[in-house]
Amino acid sequence: MIEASAFLEAAVRTATPLLLAAAGETVCERAGVINIGLEGCIIAGAFAAFVAGPAGTAAGYAAAVGAGLAFGLMLALFVVALRRDQIITGTALTMLALGTTGTLFRARADAVLVHATEGPLTVPLLSRIPIVGTAFFGQPAITYVAVVMVPIVALWLYRTHAGLSLRAVGEAPEAARAAGIHVPLVVTGAIAFGSAMGGLAGGALVLAQAGTFAEGMSAGRGFLAIAIVALGRWRPWGVLLASVVFGAAMAFQFAVQALGWNLRYELVLMIPYVLTLIALSLFRRGDAPAMLGRTEG
Amino acid sequence: MMLLEQGAGVVRILDAFWRGSVGTSSALISGTLVRAVPLTVVGVGIAIAFRAGVFNIGGEGQLLAGAIAATLTGLNMDAGPALTVLAALVMAAIAGAAWAGVAALLRARFGVLEVISTIMLNFIAANLVSYLVRGPMQEPTHIYPQTELIAPVARLPRLLPQTRLHAGALIAVIIAIAAWWVMTRTAAGFRLRAAGASASAARTAGRIDVSRVAAMALLTSGAFAGLAGGIEVAGVTFGLYENLSPGYGFSAIAVAILGRLHPLAILGSAFVFAALETGALGMQRDAGVPSVVASAIEAMAILLVVGAGAWSRWMPRRSVGARVSADGAA
Repeated sequence: MIEASAFLEAAVRTATPLLLAAAGETVCERAGVINIGLEGCIIAGAFAAFVAGPAGTAAGYAAAVGAGLAFGLMLALFVVALRRDQIITGTALTMLALGTTGTLFRARADAVLVHATEGPLTVPLLSRIPIVGTAFFGQPAITYVAVVMVPIVALWLYRTHAGLSLRAVGEAPEAARAAGIHVPLVVTGAIAFGSAMGGLAGGALVLAQAGTFAEGMSAGRGFLAIAIVALGRWRPWGVLLASVVFGAAMAFQFAVQALGWNLRYELVLMIPYVLTLIALSLFRRGDAPAMLGRTEG
Repeated sequence: MMLLEQGAGVVRILDAFWRGSVGTSSALISGTLVRAVPLTVVGVGIAIAFRAGVFNIGGEGQLLAGAIAATLTGLNMDAGPALTVLAALVMAAIAGAAWAGVAALLRARFGVLEVISTIMLNFIAANLVSYLVRGPMQEPTHIYPQTELIAPVARLPRLLPQTRLHAGALIAVIIAIAAWWVMTRTAAGFRLRAAGASASAARTAGRIDVSRVAAMALLTSGAFAGLAGGIEVAGVTFGLYENLSPGYGFSAIAVAILGRLHPLAILGSAFVFAALETGALGMQRDAGVPSVVASAIEAMAILLVVGAGAWSRWMPRRSVGARVSADGAA
């Protein structure tokens, strides 16, 4: 039972950055923008958190958000202001972020610096529940932030006028414009939120999990987050569920080691990616925002 | 004094870049030209896909699939010099097409975005190579994470003695010219460009099966990337190991875009990026500048070309969602 408890704990911990990034990407895609640069926002956030981390956890997260936001604003410049292709721009921004952080990291003398990771914020009593206790109530603070984002995004999208405007922009921008909505402003806001959350996800990787930076440590999480949004049918609660499923798939590698199964490590590492392909095939993409990927403003 | 020192540093870095890329004949021929080969072949494939409006971000995975197939062929087959290497390259192209075929199938059958599926297939291919070179395909002593070297009959001949330049360079040039001819002079090339420029116009006015064209473009693109992996194994590495490709599949996107998706121009842009990358390696070796700076520069080149606006003239402005659902409806 200790194994089950540890596995659940690892699954939730691994799901945290995925959920942060995917919650942001949900808003972004609902406005019609698919942010292929999300991977870049995550690695930029991770590096910024690594650099600013010694000044404190809050400073680390603030820097991470800022770095993600910086890349998001570049995407907004190309997609909204210049009306360029989203996918090409996003791909280039991811390459830019991976290249820049790699260069800066190798150029730093203190490249091996390791921070103490953020300790768990244990909820009294609840965390002592067998099996699920530590998984759900003994996590670092950022995990609770990620989970709380889900109802906030859901309420905002479905229960506020601004959320309605954003969904209108993602479905029918002409109609939205006719209704007096400032479309470029809404799209820019959505990209800014999505990329800031991507940066936060990178911060969580460094400050709550690894304690240090490694080149390319985002390891495809940005792309997984995009897949998670599709899997969650562009709905916040669906995205929460999909994130936990992926967290479990990634945490499976720890379980394999713990259980001493004779399964090749490299094959286990493939699981989340194979799962993504299978999952995306099983759930047809009928609910995608109509304007997704389209450059219009 | 500070300025002087910094100036000397810059000169040293630039000098290292120059000598590492095109400044010496060995850097030019054995370094830059050899590196331009996979960039050209993958880049032409990417251009074909992008022209059809298909976002193949999976050149890296398709290249690795080709490298695996070429290594398997080279290790297990001996049909004389010409035939063995030819078989290895054909198998590599088929493997690359099959790897892209997974994405093509998922898109046609289930409407899965090829942007996401090809990226996932990159990760799967990289892990597959890691598994193979540490597991079933590892060299007999089981010390190094790599395969045995393929037999000399499975290797591409050298074009110039005393250099690393191999016959793959000729293949790259032929492929660029052939792709240019097919794209601009044949009906298939016209359908490709028409489908990419406007799917609805191509469907109604041209009676073009857009989803079929898209699938074929993705498969062709994968075949080229796979072939590039085969050429790399048969001409340069002679075996399979992790990090066999320093991100050729991603650099090739920059190559294709800087070459404006034009196969002949891609010959030039592949050379430029190959020089950039070998120059960056030279800077790392001689001046301590990390070579990953090259990928940041490539990304900036894409952004500059795209930002300058040349891009929108030959790229469709269609929604990913609308495109896939239209494919499904067709």
